[in-house]
Amino acid sequence: MSARTLPLLFINLGGEMLYILDQRLRAQNIPSDKARKADWIEEDRRRVMNDIITTMFNKKFLEELFKPQELYSKKALRTVFDRLAHASIMRLNQASMDKLYDLMTMAFKYQVLLCPRPKDILLVSFNHMDAIKDFVKDTPSILSQVDETYRQLIEMYTPLTSGEFQLIRQTLLIFFQDMHIRVSIFLKDKVQNSNGRFVLPTSGPVPHGTQVPGLIRMFSCTGEEVNRLQFNNGGSYSAAIREGSFEIFGDRVTKLGTNMYSVTRPVETHMSGTSKNSTQHTKVNAAPNPLAKEELNLLAKLMGGLEVQKPGNTVDSGFRVNLFATDEEEEEALISRPDELSYGVINIQATKDQQTNAELAKIMGEFTESGDQSPSASSKGDDLLAMMDGL
Amino acid sequence: MYHKEKSIQIKNSASSLYNNLGVLRIAPRRLTYFTVVHANVVNMVSASWDGLNYSHRQLQSKEPNVATSTSLIMQAAFCALPSRDLLVVTSQKGIQMYESDGSIMVYWHALDTPETSTAQAVFARGITAVWENYICVGVSSGVILVFDVPSKGSNITLSEVLEEHKESITDMASECSGSQECIADLVSADDGGNLCVWKSGEEFQLLNKIPGFDMSCSSVKLWKGTVVAGYGTGQIRLYEAVTGILHAEVNAHARWIYSLDIAPFSGLLLSAAEDSLVRVWHLTLTPETNSVEVAHLHNECVTDTQICGAKFCDGDGYAFAVTGYDLSEIIRYTQS
Repeated sequence: MSARTLPLLFINLGGEMLYILDQRLRAQNIPSDKARKADWIEEDRRRVMNDIITTMFNKKFLEELFKPQELYSKKALRTVFDRLAHASIMRLNQASMDKLYDLMTMAFKYQVLLCPRPKDILLVSFNHMDAIKDFVKDTPSILSQVDETYRQLIEMYTPLTSGEFQLIRQTLLIFFQDMHIRVSIFLKDKVQNSNGRFVLPTSGPVPHGTQVPGLIRMFSCTGEEVNRLQFNNGGSYSAAIREGSFEIFGDRVTKLGTNMYSVTRPVETHMSGTSKNSTQHTKVNAAPNPLAKEELNLLAKLMGGLEVQKPGNTVDSGFRVNLFATDEEEEEALISRPDELSYGVINIQATKDQQTNAELAKIMGEFTESGDQSPSASSKGDDLLAMMDGL
Repeated sequence: MYHKEKSIQIKNSASSLYNNLGVLRIAPRRLTYFTVVHANVVNMVSASWDGLNYSHRQLQSKEPNVATSTSLIMQAAFCALPSRDLLVVTSQKGIQMYESDGSIMVYWHALDTPETSTAQAVFARGITAVWENYICVGVSSGVILVFDVPSKGSNITLSEVLEEHKESITDMASECSGSQECIADLVSADDGGNLCVWKSGEEFQLLNKIPGFDMSCSSVKLWKGTVVAGYGTGQIRLYEAVTGILHAEVNAHARWIYSLDIAPFSGLLLSAAEDSLVRVWHLTLTPETNSVEVAHLHNECVTDTQICGAKFCDGDGYAFAVTGYDLSEIIRYTQS
C-alpha cells in the first residue's frame, strides 16, 4: 500500500529497541547482581547506545530506507533488527532477542492503534527521535547524523495529506495484524486486555480537528441553521486539546512514543501462546512467499548499509544482555516459546542465491561464517545469533 | 432497538480498510454472502438464514497470468446489476471480477504500475454498480474506470475513464432508492473530501462537484437525491446532490468514520468508526420543503474494536453486520 511506510516503521521500532536496551543496560549495572559475568559500567552502556544509534542513522543505510518501497515481511524486518542489536559489543541470545522484538513491536502497534489521527504517527516518531537525540546529546558527530534524518523526516512527511497518512497507518496495521502478545507493562497499566487486545477508550479528548460527538445541525436551502438536536454519544468525550508541534523542536503533546520504562517500571513480558484464545488469532501464512527472492535482494541492499562491528576475540568483547530476570528464566523462555510465535530469522542460503548480487553474498558470508565456527552452542538453539554469543 | 446475534466466524481477521464488509442477499436460496478482506485474501462466507449452514471460501489476490506475485487487497464489494450479481475485488495490481459466489473469475483489469516503486501508491478502491450494465471502480490516481458488463458471459469492456478527481478515490455509490426520478445516480469521493455527482449513461455526465475541506471522505452513499458523506473528522454531512446545498451536519463520531450504509426502504443510516461505535440514524426527506431531517436512534459499542466495516443485511435495516480490525468474526445485530 503506502510506499512511505518503511522509514517510520524502522525509526519507531528502533526507538523502542533503544528504550528497552537502555533500561536493561542500566538495570544490569547494579553491583549487587553478582551473577553477571561482567557488570556493565556507565561507559559501556554509552558505547552500546552510541554504536547502535550510529548504525541506525548511517547515511548509506538511510538512503536505501527512504526510497519508496513496500514493507518487508515480518521475518525480513526481524533480521534487520537482529543485526542492528548486534551492532556493538553487546550480545543477546535467541530468547532475549525474541523478547526484545516482541516488546518493540507490541509497543509500536499500540502507538499506531491509539494515535488519535493518522497524522499523529509523525508525532509518535518525533517523540522517538527526540529521545534518541537525548541519548547522544554528548556526542556531536552522532547528533548531527540524527538531526540530518530529522530534517529528512520533516521534509518527506509534513506535506502529506490526511488520506496519505491514513494509508500509512493502514499499511502498518496490516503489518501488525494478528499480533497479540501480552506485555506486562501494558497489562499493569490496564491498556491491554488479558486476550492481548488493546483497550480503546470511549472517553477523553477527541482528536485535534474533531468535535465531540452529540450534535446534529440542519440547514435551510439558504444555509441558515433551522434545527439543532443533541444525542447521547455513548461515551464521555471532552474537547480536543492543542495540536502537537511538527517542527524539529517543540512539544509533541502526545505521550505515545515516549519512554515508558524506568527503574521502577522495568521491562517484562508474558507470552500469549499459552492462552487458548490468542493462539487462535496468531495464524501465520505458511504458504511460501513468491516474493522472497526479490525481498532478499532489497534486504541485502538495505543491510549493505548496516555496518556491524564484529566481535573480536578479546575477552572484553561480547557483553551479554539478558531481557529476563535470570539466566534460568531466559533458557526456560527459549524452550517454552510456542512455535507460532517463532520468528524464524531468515537463514540466507549461500548456495541458492550466490549469483544474485555481491552485496548479498557478502552479508551471507558474514552470517554463515560465524555459524560454522561455534557448533557447540547449539544447545541453546541453532540460531546464528545464539552462536554469536559463544564468541 | 437492536440486539446482538450469534457471530459468524471467519478464517482470517479483518484488515483496517474502509468499507471492509460486503453483503449480498440471495433471497431465492435464503442465503447471505459476506466478504471481509484480510491483507491479500478475501474471506467469503455463505450463511443460510436459519443459521445452520456456513460455508467458507478464500480468494487470493493474484493476477491470472503472473503466478509469482501477490498484492494487498483494498476492497471487496458485491455489485448487483439487474441482470447479474458480481463480486469485485480491487488491489494494488488491478481489478478482479468474480461470479457472486466467488467460484469463477470472469474479468481481470491490470492497473498501470510503474517499473520502479514511486512515492505515489497505486491501487484501486471504491466500487459500485450503476444503471443497467455499468460497474465503476476508483483508482488511486483519481480516475474512475467505467466497465460495461453484458448480462452474461465474460465480455466485460472498459467503456469510459472519468478524470475529475485529483486525489485518490476513497468510495463510490449509486442511487440506492431505486427511484427513477433522481437525475443524479452516482457519487464519487476522494482523499481530499471532494465529491463528484454523476449521471450515468452511454457517456457519463458530471452534474456537480462539491468541494472538500482537506479531509478524506472515507465513505459515501446516495439516497433519494441526497449525498450522505462520512469523513475523517468523524462528521457526517448530507448534501443535495445536484445543487450541493448542505442540508445537515452531524458530529457523529470521535474518530475516523470507516463505513456508512443506508437501508433504502426505511431511510435508516448506519455509521461506523474507529471509535468502536456503530450508530443508527433515521433520515426523513420532505420534498415539499426540500428539507432533510436526521434523527439519532441507536448506539452499539463493539468494545476495544476499531470498526472497519458495517452494512445492513436487508433493505429495511432490520439487521446489520459489523467487522473490526484484528477481529476474526462478523458480528450481527437484529431489531428486537
